[in-house]
Amino acid sequence: MSKSRTVANLNPGEKGEICCFKDDKLALKLLDMGCLPGTEVQMKFAAPLGDPLCISVEGYRLSLRKAEASTISLVE
Amino acid sequence: MANKLITIALLGNPNSGKTSLFNQLTGLNQKVGNFPGVTVDKKIGSTILPNGQRAHVLDLPGTYSLYAKSSDEQVVTDILIDPTNKNYPDILVVIVDASNLKRNLLLLSQAVDLGIPTILTLNMVDLAERMGRGVLKDKLAEYYNIPIVSINARQGEGITELKAVLSKSINLNAKPFLDVSELVGPVINREINNSQIPYLKLHQLIAASIISDEEAQKIQTKDTTLRYSKINRIVKEAGLRTEKKGGKVYTDKIDSILTHRIWGYLIFIAILFIIFQAIFSLVSWPMDLIDNYVSAFSMWLGKVMPAGVLTNLLKDGIVPGVGGVLIFIPQIAILFAFIALLEESGYMSRVVFLMDKIMRKVGLNGKSVVPLISGVACAIPAIMATRNIENVKERLITIFVTPLISCSARLPVYTILIALVIPDDTVLGVFNIQGLVLLGLYLIGFVAALATAWLLKMVVKTRESSFLIMELPTYKRPRWKNVGLIILEKIRTFTFHAGKIIVAISIVLWVLASYGPSKEMNMAEEVVKASFVNNSPTQVEYENKLAAYKLEHSYAAVLGKAIEPLIKPIGFDWKIGIALVTSFAAREVFVGTMATLYSIQSGADDEATIKTKMKQEINPETGQPVFTLPVGLSLMVFYAFAMQCMSTLAIVYRETKSWKWPLMQTLYMSGMAHIMSYLVFSLFN
Repeated sequence: MSKSRTVANLNPGEKGEICCFKDDKLALKLLDMGCLPGTEVQMKFAAPLGDPLCISVEGYRLSLRKAEASTISLVE
Repeated sequence: MANKLITIALLGNPNSGKTSLFNQLTGLNQKVGNFPGVTVDKKIGSTILPNGQRAHVLDLPGTYSLYAKSSDEQVVTDILIDPTNKNYPDILVVIVDASNLKRNLLLLSQAVDLGIPTILTLNMVDLAERMGRGVLKDKLAEYYNIPIVSINARQGEGITELKAVLSKSINLNAKPFLDVSELVGPVINREINNSQIPYLKLHQLIAASIISDEEAQKIQTKDTTLRYSKINRIVKEAGLRTEKKGGKVYTDKIDSILTHRIWGYLIFIAILFIIFQAIFSLVSWPMDLIDNYVSAFSMWLGKVMPAGVLTNLLKDGIVPGVGGVLIFIPQIAILFAFIALLEESGYMSRVVFLMDKIMRKVGLNGKSVVPLISGVACAIPAIMATRNIENVKERLITIFVTPLISCSARLPVYTILIALVIPDDTVLGVFNIQGLVLLGLYLIGFVAALATAWLLKMVVKTRESSFLIMELPTYKRPRWKNVGLIILEKIRTFTFHAGKIIVAISIVLWVLASYGPSKEMNMAEEVVKASFVNNSPTQVEYENKLAAYKLEHSYAAVLGKAIEPLIKPIGFDWKIGIALVTSFAAREVFVGTMATLYSIQSGADDEATIKTKMKQEINPETGQPVFTLPVGLSLMVFYAFAMQCMSTLAIVYRETKSWKWPLMQTLYMSGMAHIMSYLVFSLFN
């Protein structure tokens, strides 16, 4: 797996562990929402047009745009 | 102490049950206003505590963190970090949704460090019971040092206990949840350590920009991370697992249908269709009722009151003006019943999820879809519905373009003009030309709205970045009480805020249409009498002719003549100019004005009669009929674009808190109307 794998690359049902963030500003919002480094996320489904995405984090459903999901890097 | 009014503020995540708790605490004793300077709903209610203490209850906007990312969230931070703010609470009640524990505890941990007496209300539904609430409560008490009350906000359980705790004095949290001195450099550290409440001081320094934005971002990131790691420890020590089932299983099942690539859109279109149908069909009966009562009342006034200026002002100016406000209430009630249901059930977030990609292309938000569709019925409730759009820019754009959607008040104007100038033929065997023109007018409005939104996307600047990091809450059965309160609140807001402006403008328009330069107005009766030299008229004929004469010489006519040079290039004469002036009250007034101008018997102002009269109208300059195909089309296009609705302007003013937007809308829409009408007129002439 390439090291730039992000949440946006997860397939539906696939899980990953958050490593770090590429965008400092978005990182703050994502932290507020419970997306912390070390937290497990699971891809649930994408909207019918492929964007936004729905992920599961800390036991709830979070939707975010593909561009936003691609700022969350995963632990290899 | 019992006499001083205290302020209790409710703080919590969106979807944490905060609104339900607020409704449980205050019932019908609530009113909604705006926070100063911003259009964020400020909900205030009142309640009496068991010890007789009366209290204001302030429902703060839902937020995930004290580090604000939107104007809604900024309001919360501004209040809570400023003890001189008049909304600064005496007691803070933080509501924590036990099924989303960690995320909710973050906000709590920030709140307790601000030095406001705080109570934690743990909102638990049945599934939370299973997680062992005893252990959790003990653990939370240990780390947060504040009173904790378990409630079920939806069912109203635990409210009595909460009120009992509220009436006792609350000790301040002795030691902060987090020692903030590890977050900052030595200089700032010295400053915050000198103050009594370091975390509050830190927030104030950030708000005052004493700490640079870049530095603040680092501090906030570190702060949030440290708080979360402590929260993780608490949750682990309480022996709770984060991943819970329950409500989430059926939510996943429902989502697999409602966000399905085919079913998702079909169901959404079906829901929009139902809303649209309901607004159109359900409201006609109550609207006719209001209409009939108002005109009956105004006729009755005319009979019982002595004839004079005051009576005329009352029966022709004020009463119809108030009626013009009341008439919108059924539409507002029905639209908001649906919107509240969509919000309450959790479906609204899915609408955003489904529509985001499409709407983003033109600078709008997934939530813009509902206002735009509602605009087909009426722009008033549609614009009020834009409050759900959190992003300021997207909300303003939605407000700006919604009146371009052809509303139901344009329909009578379209109908009469189509009947007048468009032949009742079919093309290609099946398509009725009249129907096609009507469809075309609706399409023009829709395309214009989207095109304008796209233009504005380039022009409007905002500091808020557009992102969509949004919780998809679990589906819930709507609480009827919450739905009812939303409907009541919206009706109240409209009647008392927009209503004032609408009544004021109606009075101005009444003066314009019933008074004129005295020289000509004084001669009215003689001139009209003289016009009947050869035959003696019936009383009705005489009065109709008099009414027409008066309108033709009123200030509205002066205005109509004044704008004639402006509207001549698009094919209108000054008489149409009068109708443009009077129908500024509401577009459908066009039909009534035409009836008066062509002295049609009152009571017989049905479309057929007006149509015949308008057809006979001859332009004195050309000797041709006034309402030719180019004039008719030009007029239709004009009404499709022009901002001919004072009620819309009043509500835009109310929703944007400034005259800048309604003025820009009027200029833009009327400008567009002129250009498009000119193009159509020249094309067909």
